[in-house]
Parts: sequence; C-alpha cells; structure tokens
Amino acid sequence: MALFLLVFLPLFSSIIVGFFGKRVNISLVHIFSCSLIVIPFFIASYFLNRSLGGDFNIVLPLATWLSSGDLLVQWSLKLDMLSSVMLVVVTLVSSLVHIYSIGYMRHDPHQNRFFAYLSFFTFSMLILVTSNNFLQLFFGWEGVGLASYLLIGFWFKKKSANSAAIKAFIVNRVGDFGFLIGIAILFVSTKSLDFDVVFSMTKELSSSSISLFYWNFNTLDVACFFLFMGAMGKSAQLFLHTWLPDAMEGPTPVSALIHAATMVTAGVFLIARCSPLFEESENILSLITIVGASTAFFAATVGLVQNDIKRIVAYSTCSQLGYMFVALGSGAYQIAIFHLFTHAFFKALLFLGSGSVIHAVSDEQDIRKMGDLYRLIPFTWITMLIGTLALTGFPFMSGYFSKDGIIESAFVSHTSGHLYAFYLLIFSALLTSFYSWRLIFLTFHGKSKVSKDVLSKVHESPKVMMIPLMILSFCSIFSGYIFVDYFMSHDFEFLWKSAIYLSSDNHIIEEIHNVPLWVKYSPLVMMILGFVVSFLFYIVFPFAPGKVSKTFNPLYKFLLNKWYFDEAYEFIFVRNIKKFGKFLSLTGDKKVIDGLGPDGISFRVLAIAKQVGRLQTGYVYHYAFAMLFGLTIFLSYFFIKG
Amino acid sequence: MVIELGHYLVLASMLFTIGVIGVFLNRENVIIILMSLELILLSISINLVAFSSFLNDSSGQIFSLFILTVAAGEAAIGLAILVVYFRNVGNIEVDQINKMSG
Repeated sequence: MALFLLVFLPLFSSIIVGFFGKRVNISLVHIFSCSLIVIPFFIASYFLNRSLGGDFNIVLPLATWLSSGDLLVQWSLKLDMLSSVMLVVVTLVSSLVHIYSIGYMRHDPHQNRFFAYLSFFTFSMLILVTSNNFLQLFFGWEGVGLASYLLIGFWFKKKSANSAAIKAFIVNRVGDFGFLIGIAILFVSTKSLDFDVVFSMTKELSSSSISLFYWNFNTLDVACFFLFMGAMGKSAQLFLHTWLPDAMEGPTPVSALIHAATMVTAGVFLIARCSPLFEESENILSLITIVGASTAFFAATVGLVQNDIKRIVAYSTCSQLGYMFVALGSGAYQIAIFHLFTHAFFKALLFLGSGSVIHAVSDEQDIRKMGDLYRLIPFTWITMLIGTLALTGFPFMSGYFSKDGIIESAFVSHTSGHLYAFYLLIFSALLTSFYSWRLIFLTFHGKSKVSKDVLSKVHESPKVMMIPLMILSFCSIFSGYIFVDYFMSHDFEFLWKSAIYLSSDNHIIEEIHNVPLWVKYSPLVMMILGFVVSFLFYIVFPFAPGKVSKTFNPLYKFLLNKWYFDEAYEFIFVRNIKKFGKFLSLTGDKKVIDGLGPDGISFRVLAIAKQVGRLQTGYVYHYAFAMLFGLTIFLSYFFIKG
Repeated sequence: MVIELGHYLVLASMLFTIGVIGVFLNRENVIIILMSLELILLSISINLVAFSSFLNDSSGQIFSLFILTVAAGEAAIGLAILVVYFRNVGNIEVDQINKMSG
C-alpha cells in the first residue's frame, strides 16, 4: 500500500494541479504539490532503510495491462535494493526541486502547469524505476521523455525553447527506437517481458542466434546492443548527446531535476537493471566502456570553453554520465549506481546553485559577464563551492568515493578497452576539475564584469530557494561517506544479490580495494592539478586564457563548436531528412494523396456539378420536354416488357 | 358516315398532340402555353366522355366534369401568376423566363 501511494501520489497531484490548479490560490497549489512529493520521499526513505537492513524485496501486482497470446503484461511495482536507491534519489531531488521552484518560478503566470508537469515527471520516473517488466519500464521511459519535452518547452513563446524541446524529443526517439527493438527481440526469443523470466533465460539467449538482414548475430549481443542504444539516447551518450546541452533552455529547476539528477540517469538504471543480460555479453560491455569513456572525455573537453553557466554544468553532467557507463561496462554496477546517487545530489546542487546565480544577476547566463559575486551572494557561493568540491572529487566529499571507485574499477576491469577508459577518465578528471573551477572563478571571483544597473539589483535568493540548497549541500558532503560501504564494500554485496547479477568470475568489488597506489592517488592529483591550472589561468594571470585560445585557435574553435557534432548532424541528417520530408509533403502528400483524395474528389464534384447545372436551362419548355420524354421512355419500356 | 369511338379518339389524340407541341414549340407568350394546357386537358376529357358513352358507364363523364373544374381553377391560378409576374418583370415572353437556369 505504501509502495502504491509512493508511486501514485505524484500522479494524483499532477492531475489535480493540472486541471484544477487555476481555480485556487497559487500558494495552495505550492503546498499541495510539494507535500504530495515530500510524503513519497519519506516512504521511499523508509523502504531504503529496510533495504539496507537486509534482503528486502516486494513485488506488488496492480492489474493486467495486456493479455494477447503469449504477450502478458502486468502493471506491477517492484521494490529491491536498486529501485529503493533510485526511489530515494528521485523523490528527494524532486521534493527539493519542487520547493525550490516555489521561489524560482514565483513570477511566472503558468506555475500550476509547471508543477503539474514536474509531478507528472516524478510519477513517470517512479513507474520507470519500480517496473517489473520491460513494457512498463518503457511506459515510464516515454513518460519521462514526454515530461522532459513539455518542460524544456515550458516557455513556449521562446523559439529556441521550442526547437530545443523538439530536438530532445527527436534525438531521444532514435534511442527509444533502439530500446523498442531490444524489447521486441527479447520478447521474440523468450516469449515474455517480465524481468525475472527474461533474465532466467540468459543462457538460452547467449547460445542462440538471430538473423537480421541476412546476417546472423548472437541474440544476447543484439538485444543488449539495442537496449544500450536506448540508454545512450536517454543518458546523452556520445552521438546521441546533442539534445542535453540544448535542453538547458528549460527553467533551471527542470535542468536540475530532469537533465542532471534523475531522467538522464535512466539509461544507467536500465543497464544496471538488466545486469544479468549485460553481464553475459562481453562485447557489449566493452562497447559500453568505450562509449562511456569517450563521452566523459568529449563532454569534459567541450565544457572547458563554454561560456553559458548552465551549459558548462550540462556538459559536466554528460561527462559524469560517461563515468557511470564506464562503471557499468567494467561490471561494477553498484558503483555506477553509487555515482548516480551522489551525482544526483551534487549536480542538482550545482544546477540549483547556478539557478540562484542566474536569479541574482537578472537572468544573465554568460559567465564572462559575471565575476566577483562572492561578496554579494555568499550563500550561493558556498553552496556552489561545495558542489564543485564534490564534483571534482575532493577527499571525503561524495564525489570522491564514487568517482574514484569508477576510475579504479576501470583499471581493474577485465572488459576489453578498460585501459583506454581508465586513461581517458583520469584525463577527464583533470578537465572536470579545470572547468568546474573555471566556472567558480569566473562567476564569483576576479574582476566584476557585471553591468552597473544589474549590479545594484544583485540579491541573495529567498529562503525557499536556499533551504533546498542547504539540504543538497549536506547530501553532497556526507552521502558519499555514509553510503560508501553499502555500495562498494564487499561486506554488503549480499544486499545487491537480488537486484544486480554479477557473473561468477566478476570480483570487481573486491579488486578495486587492491589497486596500486598510483591508481588510487591519480584522480586526486589530477583534481589538484586542474585546480592549480584553473587558478593560474583565471586568478593569477587573467589574460592567459585569451592568449591560449589565440595560440590554439583551431582547437579552441573545435571545442567551442562542440566538436562540430551539431553541424555534422545538420549536414548529414537534418538537411537530407528535411529535403526528403519536403519532397514527401509536396509531391507525396499534396500531389498524390490530396490530389487523388480529398482535393481531387472535391474538385471533380465541382466540375461535374457545373456540367449538370448547365442542364438547368430555366426554360419551362425544356423541363416539360424532359418530362414527356421520360414518360415516353418509361411507358415504352413497360409496353415492350409486356 | 357513322361516327364511332375511333373517330373521337383520333380527334382527342390530335388535340393532345397539338397541345403538347404548343407547349414545346411556343417561344412567344406564356398565355399560349396556358391555352395549350387547356387543349390537352380538353382532349383528355373528350377521351373520357367517348369511352364513357361507349362503355355505358357514367363515371367517365363525371370525371370529365371534375377535369373541367380543375382546368378552370388551374387557368385562374395560372392567369393570376401571370398577372403578378407581368407586374414584376414587365413582359411574359417565354424565352425571357429562365431565372431558374443553373
């Protein structure tokens, strides 16, 4: 019952607020929707507490969804270690974002719509993480995609917001298409969509093969590949990442909740949930490792030169998701989930903190037009510092445990390509530290470049925005230290037994504790190095960045334009598809379908009517003649017939 | 020469044909159409009366009386319409009456 409430209260809130929110006072809407998210959070923490205490699993069947031949799909809620961690992350960040939004969206006339969308998003995410079969997971998957679309395009009067929303939707569609194919392959081969049944047939899957376009593939590899494709789309991995930075057109709380803490981690969750499949498919695991590492590196390099405060954080999210995928590919699923867990807190903190900065400087997002803000908004400064320390992996902050865990697991993993991932991740740690501190230095330190009339209006955000920042800061500092043993210690592996499958020769959780010292300390060294370089660049020699960017101009341009991914896609896909679409719409639709269909018929009717109309001469004698003629014909007919 | 049923019928059909042709070929005056219609009705009355005396059944003659009444009514209404039409339009030429043309 509690589990049911946990999942469906946000839906209830969304419906009530969405349909009836306009009729009541807006503060009532705030209280209502916030409390219906906070209650699930308490339920979720209770469940997490139970899960941490021991092997705690619930499957709560609700109703039959589909029953057709072999296809039997049930609505049901599943609770195990994995989903209870996810539930806590989702409900906690969602509650804080709801509360934060009260302040952030105070002047927006469409707040009830905003809260309805947020609650709907939370509901979809909860359905996603508690699903017990692939189809329900897909339902949640699409639900969060829809909510993301609606929220990116929340300020629908802005053209850029609309196109960003459509971009997010379409790029996700590519991934979702893969996901759907993966589900279909699994269903065809196992005749079931339930996790338990599918996972129990892993052996059969890995020994059978499937023919696609006259090529034979291993069924398990193909299924895993397509599932991973879905995860790539949702989690903005390389090649399908282009929507994430653009998604920053949405309101900042949305970026914090959806595009940093929860939705984009759905891909990580999916692969962790399907660990029994992936664990047996070594090829795909190494593909995941390579793609993840490349994403981490790519996004970190692009993050170096961006100037929009939210975009930097967005690229950082993309990069951290790459880290999580490396952990998944290395077979360290718990560590990926652990990084997901800690990352949710410090990235939400960074986003909400930058929201607070944006709020303070009258909606300016360009960090070149900020500077020296730490005296004016000290509280935001401190929270951003905490977020940055956690992100860069400062010792004993949350990121320190999870990120180092990932780097170590990349080192000890047996997946092919793990050393490639290891070195890229080490280097990305340097870049991460550099761009994060660059953000801090340019925003809060150095010379003030804020214009005068904005400067006079700079103010600290209201309390309702500060409290979520405080809670997130607390989590960013301590969540790693408190929970590290549950995720990464061998002693607690039994907790994960039912949620995550590790093959019998996968001892990565043990092995990461026995890595060479230089591996252990390299992330820390990289972090300090990044900080020092950043400090030199932006505080000691503020003219240096300009010089460097001039000296390495092509490289700088390459990074500034995000490796020309958008341009390449524009050139390869968008333009040709547009051309094709235009052809279809002008020739196929307008000429063929409309020409033969509605337009053609209506035109013909007109023409025929005109011809028939000419029979109506209006002369009485013509009518009389017609009558007589007709009568004669009929009479003769009857006479002849006899 | 004995005048028999056939003669009556021939006369009636001739009158009928003249009436019909009058309706069709007349391009001058609506009154002529009305007159042609009267002619058609009368030809039919002749038919009825002839048959009635031939068959010794008086109902045909009663019918023809009815037809005369109806014809009178029809003529009255037709002429009335004609008068009103003339007042509105200014002429009653058949070729000009084609307001219903499609």
